[in-house]
Amino acid sequence: MDKPRCLIVRTAGTNCDMELAHAFELAGASTQKLHINELIANPAVIEQFQLIGFPGGFSYGDDIAAGRIFANRLRHKLMDQLLAAADRGVPMIGICNGFQVMTKLGLLPDPHAGKQTATLADNNSGRFTCKWTKMTVPSNTCCVWTKGLTELELPVAHAEGRFVPESDEALARWNDKGQIAIKYAADDNPNGSTADIAGVCDESGLILGLMPHPERWVHITNHPQWQRKSDDFKSQTPAGLKMFQNVVEHVTSSSPATV
Amino acid sequence: MTQTDAPDAPQLTQTVYRIEIWPRTGEADALAHPHEETVAQRFGDNANLRAASIYLIQSPISTEQANQIATELLCDPVCQEFAVGVSPISDNSGSVEVHYKPGVMDPVAQSTKSAILEMLSSTGLTAEQLEVTTGARYDVLGATPDEAALTEFAQASLANPVIQDIYAKAYHPESFMTGTPYKMHLTHVPMRDLNDEALTKLSREGHLFLSLEEMKAIQDYYRKAEREPTDIELETFAQTWSEHCVHKTLKSTVLYTQPEGDDAINWASRPGHEVHEDGSVTINNLLKSTIAAATNKLMTEHGMDKWCISVFVDNAGIVKLDDEDAVCIKVETHNHPSAIEPYGGAATGIGGCIRDIMGTGLAGKPIANTDVFCVAHPQQTKPIPTGVIPPKRILQQVVAGVRDYGNRMGIPTVNGSVWFHDDYLGNPLVFAGCIGMIPLDKCFGDPQPGDHIIAIGGRTGRDGIHGATFSSAELTDTHADEFSHAVQIGNAITEKQTLDVILQARDHEGGPLFSAITDCGAGGFSSAVGEMGEKVGAKVVLDNAPLKYRGLSYTEIWISEAQERMVLSVPEEHVEKVMAICASEDVEVCDLGTFGYTNDAGEPELILTYREQEVGRLSMPLLHDGIPTPTRKAQWTPGKYQTAQSHPVADKPSDMGDALKTLLAHPNIASKHWIIRQYDHEVQGGAAVKPLTGPNQDGPSDASVLRPKLNSNKGIALGSGLQTGMGEKSKGDSYWMTLAAIDEAVRNVVCTGADPSKICILDNFCWPSCDKPENLGSLVRSAEACYDGSLAYKTPFVSGKDSLNNQFTTDSGEVISIPPTMLISAMGIVQDATKTCTMDAKAAGNILLLIGNTTPAMLGSHYTMSYSDTSRDMTVPRTDLHDGPCQAAIVAGLIHHSKVVSAHDCSDGGLLVAAAEMAFAGGIGLDIDLTAVASTGKLDDVSAAFAETPSRYLLEVKPENLDEIIRLLRDKQIPFGEVGRFNDSDKLTVRSAEAGQLLEQSLAELKAAWLGTLDW
Repeated sequence: MDKPRCLIVRTAGTNCDMELAHAFELAGASTQKLHINELIANPAVIEQFQLIGFPGGFSYGDDIAAGRIFANRLRHKLMDQLLAAADRGVPMIGICNGFQVMTKLGLLPDPHAGKQTATLADNNSGRFTCKWTKMTVPSNTCCVWTKGLTELELPVAHAEGRFVPESDEALARWNDKGQIAIKYAADDNPNGSTADIAGVCDESGLILGLMPHPERWVHITNHPQWQRKSDDFKSQTPAGLKMFQNVVEHVTSSSPATV
Repeated sequence: MTQTDAPDAPQLTQTVYRIEIWPRTGEADALAHPHEETVAQRFGDNANLRAASIYLIQSPISTEQANQIATELLCDPVCQEFAVGVSPISDNSGSVEVHYKPGVMDPVAQSTKSAILEMLSSTGLTAEQLEVTTGARYDVLGATPDEAALTEFAQASLANPVIQDIYAKAYHPESFMTGTPYKMHLTHVPMRDLNDEALTKLSREGHLFLSLEEMKAIQDYYRKAEREPTDIELETFAQTWSEHCVHKTLKSTVLYTQPEGDDAINWASRPGHEVHEDGSVTINNLLKSTIAAATNKLMTEHGMDKWCISVFVDNAGIVKLDDEDAVCIKVETHNHPSAIEPYGGAATGIGGCIRDIMGTGLAGKPIANTDVFCVAHPQQTKPIPTGVIPPKRILQQVVAGVRDYGNRMGIPTVNGSVWFHDDYLGNPLVFAGCIGMIPLDKCFGDPQPGDHIIAIGGRTGRDGIHGATFSSAELTDTHADEFSHAVQIGNAITEKQTLDVILQARDHEGGPLFSAITDCGAGGFSSAVGEMGEKVGAKVVLDNAPLKYRGLSYTEIWISEAQERMVLSVPEEHVEKVMAICASEDVEVCDLGTFGYTNDAGEPELILTYREQEVGRLSMPLLHDGIPTPTRKAQWTPGKYQTAQSHPVADKPSDMGDALKTLLAHPNIASKHWIIRQYDHEVQGGAAVKPLTGPNQDGPSDASVLRPKLNSNKGIALGSGLQTGMGEKSKGDSYWMTLAAIDEAVRNVVCTGADPSKICILDNFCWPSCDKPENLGSLVRSAEACYDGSLAYKTPFVSGKDSLNNQFTTDSGEVISIPPTMLISAMGIVQDATKTCTMDAKAAGNILLLIGNTTPAMLGSHYTMSYSDTSRDMTVPRTDLHDGPCQAAIVAGLIHHSKVVSAHDCSDGGLLVAAAEMAFAGGIGLDIDLTAVASTGKLDDVSAAFAETPSRYLLEVKPENLDEIIRLLRDKQIPFGEVGRFNDSDKLTVRSAEAGQLLEQSLAELKAAWLGTLDW
């Protein structure tokens, strides 16, 4: 089959679109970056894609709150098309600002809730932090992206990444359904997220949002200590790339619905 | 923006809605958080702070719609709550508000306005019917401070009165202030009959900052032309002839004298130099005869022309990366705006430098930022002079400015440093650098006659008017009032959108849509169009520039330094395509006129019109070549340079351990993690050596290495050298200071894996007033060092910048001059990023080699800055121009062949500081023997431990490679010593043959000292 096609949605202030496209391409997909204005002008184009990525960055400068303005535009103009894609089983990923957008749009953790059920608030430190952090993948997760991963490291780079659920009940529900896709190691939570949550997925496990950047861990020299690592470590697939390979594999092995 | 005044629309009442956004009870309060400590200090331990964001919306919308805006757009349903109007203040508390002054750039307000317009688009709401401003409310709870105390708190911690207003009660105006339309009035400035005194007065009071000679040259022109200049013409001269734009000091002819017997510089056979019988030297065009001369020589005689693509002529220097792409680099300063408004000054400093890259060739794509700050010590013992922002606040704000601009642009900020000296108190230095990538076939551009002058990006406002002239003047205590309009505030997202448009236009299928591009920096349109049109002439229709608000005169439009604007020269047939790309990305664009105008004499000329009237007409040759170049006097007088401010220092350390901890905690040396962690150094996905390294990501890297192309292992290393301590303020010499800085910059990039035959460097001179011969004398010596250093290391200068009036006059008349400061930035090509090296120690059992000789000369060392130890040799360390380059080449070869497992530049603080950093960064114990330090003469333990002799490297090597490496070093006659061995302990131990054990400290304790100083 042809390479799965990935739509990378960008707007004013998106700035991780290049490396997100690179990660998808390394994993075997082809990519196209489209500005939200082009999607609003021609929403049907979304149907041509088997994968959707919301990259990191500072959409609209994080003005008002991170991801808010982009989410509002999507809600008013493209929500139906995005939900239809979710219903078609199109895997989506929102990284950092993309996660903030998806959460504020209400696309995560429950796409059909019809409202925002969690948020990403200011880091406890009150400031932007960039560092590599230790992560774990909960054993019960239904997430397709983090399948096969247990412990990994990924860089975070954000000021508003503290995951806050709307209620304890909601959190318990996501836990039960395996929607917690990735967590910070308990001793390495960079922002004070509730229950060390770094990323969540929908019930299908196909739609993932996370604050850390898997697209920044796809080449051996990305790792902060690669110069100290053994040849064995250097020959393994970087954990970030593995996540993209997981979904590209999922799409290729599923029935070619819309090719 | 077009006015919409449809006659059938009902007259709607404009209401100002006020919406407060509060964190929910129990939620983190990000606005209040940074000020908690200050509030406790000011208002008592029981006091705490709560803060709200405020949006003021002026529009004929209904209350329901205002509520909808709050619910849907402004307030987070999970962690915030809102109030429309003024929520009541609780008992036993005080409240103060901060709002932007009218006309100040407010990106949040702009974004909010656009978002509301889209939300309510179905209601027919137009842009003219909606205005938004923002502010913040701070409630001090658990205390009842009076109005004066609250205002004082707001002034000191919450607001900058240059750009913000403070209100001691809720601010809810009935309507917003609006500008009145500008009434056309063509102004002529009579100057033909003025005497010298009146010319000088006109220059100063008109904020032209032109010298008398320059004013006379202009007067001469108008006498011959038999007319008076218009105001806009005079302003154009002032902008174009400013130090900032034309570098008139560095390009002038200098007559230099020095005391007899000074042997540092060999004056014979230097290009453009004429040595007179009395020993004085005439230098024709200082820049051309030193820095540029070295690069020319390297290009013509040493084959560097294959690698250097464009030097000194464009907005950035360009060198080759591989067979498809080049990399370009620019570093500049934004000192004076940062002194008055540090956040905006630093943000627009980096923003301007990024635009330089976007305006290089046919547009570079920014791939990395760098920043270096020079500030006074954060803890000041003397009272802060009037008009000076305390140094700690300066540093916090400049870091925030670079952070917010660089991170929003999506450019990794990867390299930098901070130098503390009390004479930077009133005049801090803010260096910002940007590196870009550019296809090899798009490195040059030239406007063609008939091309349209297309400006894209931000709107033009009154911001930054006189930025170019103000930066060339010295600061005084009244500058904050007099020049508040010179402050610019940036909007990074506008610049990012502009970049997105430019790259699409550059990479358009069928070729670039423009023939040349430059940025609007200092001088605004006047400099951008003036420079682009120098050879072809230009006619500008000033009416066409979109404005932020009404009321700007034609001159203000012409010289405004509003940010985020680029000027493109677009062939007629591509204009519509460029406009279409701008529309698709929501970027504003305007057609300002055309290139290609000459006068009767055939000279290209600049014609300016406004409201169909000609407001200015100038000959380009006069504008660009007419500046008088008087010979300037320079005199080097060692020991004449006074330090106004000083810090008390101890006599001697109690022991070597005490000294080592003191040096590790010295703010110049101490960890900069507080700064580095706030910058996204990973974005764009190519960081191969990060600014912090080691198992705990806290070791100080010498340089950063990036892979600009994600499908290639080719890299670039970015580093810098700054050796201000060896300069005149500590009785040093800027010649040796500058050579040491070049050597340090080279060492930094070599330690990470750069190819020493492919390192380009940049100069950034920041000097006190060069009208004084002694300051110009020290500047000359620095420039001569650039020539010698560049040739010796075969590192061409490709770009540079100067800022030459860095001093502050207090209200009592005391002049505080900065220490002469020379920043050398280095960019080296890394042939294979998978062979790069970091500085953290890797394994017990490995050997530590110190490459290079150590000498007892300790002037400018951090040891002698920290202790007034009279037993020291207080001469300035001399860089050996034979050994330095040889050692760099050997070390680079060892790294490239993977014979070295870690490498660290041995400079600030000396051997023990650098070795301790390696040990604690890797978490591996180390035993050092000072007796093994190589030296040509006698060396005592303190010198061996703490001297900062240039050209030295610390290398960690595996025992099995040691013999081979030693053979190689001996073969090449490189001095070295086996100074240490890594071990399984958690300690650093130091001994010498004479003294036995000198030091035993736990790595944790040393690291804590190093981490603590700037852990803000």
